[in-house]
Amino acid sequence: MRIQTPLARARHLGSAMEGPEHWWMQRMTSLMLIPLTLWFVASMWWLVVDGGFTYEALRDWLSGPISAVLMLLFVGATFYHLKLGMQVIAEDYIIGKVARWTFIIMITLGCLTGAVATLYAVVAVALGG
Amino acid sequence: MALRDRPLSPHLQIYRPQLTSVLSIIHRLCGVFLASGAMMLCFWLVTAAAGPEYYAWSEWFLTSWVGYALLLAWSFSLFYHMCNGIRHMFWDIGVGFSIKSIYVSGVFMVLAAFGLTGLSWGLGLYFYFTR
Repeated sequence: MRIQTPLARARHLGSAMEGPEHWWMQRMTSLMLIPLTLWFVASMWWLVVDGGFTYEALRDWLSGPISAVLMLLFVGATFYHLKLGMQVIAEDYIIGKVARWTFIIMITLGCLTGAVATLYAVVAVALGG
Repeated sequence: MALRDRPLSPHLQIYRPQLTSVLSIIHRLCGVFLASGAMMLCFWLVTAAAGPEYYAWSEWFLTSWVGYALLLAWSFSLFYHMCNGIRHMFWDIGVGFSIKSIYVSGVFMVLAAFGLTGLSWGLGLYFYFTR
């Protein structure tokens, strides 16, 4: 006999009110990434004008407070959006439950690791460490 | 409930490619490809934080022919994904849902993605040669 209630089995499997949050945050990160992407591209022009993608030019540019804060937002929104998007792809195309969840866990941990490493790097450069 | 062979809805390979489905598939492919761009962004900034001897790896890779080709592909994917994402958000608020406007916005979106890619590289090269 199963003691677990149907609710307990449904939890965390996609239909416990977490869908809207996923959908909403995908849109919020998209909205954020539109101006941030345009800023990022414009910054690449600025780096070219400023002397190319040399170590000194990049660190000089990234140590400015505005570019550092915008880069933190860009990196954070990018990895969050990446996690959400790859999760949808896994849910749509990976049929096996084990394979699907393995992929989703790897994507989640990978994006978290990538985000923290990149955010730390931006802070380290910005604070001159 | 016993598993039975129930009728399935027709899958992708049944349909003739249409502008709508092709643009949607490219949107996802660009998104997946941009995951590698995010990894490059991570590597680029981490090496910049680690020191000049590490940053040299990033500079070596990004200024190689493979690096330039990838940057070109990443920039196009980024603009495509961004333009189509804007299109998606208009749909989210219920704008542009007629078949006709979906086709018109689709063509415009592709042109905008190519245009923005060309513009960004054109301006980049212009700045490079006139600095």
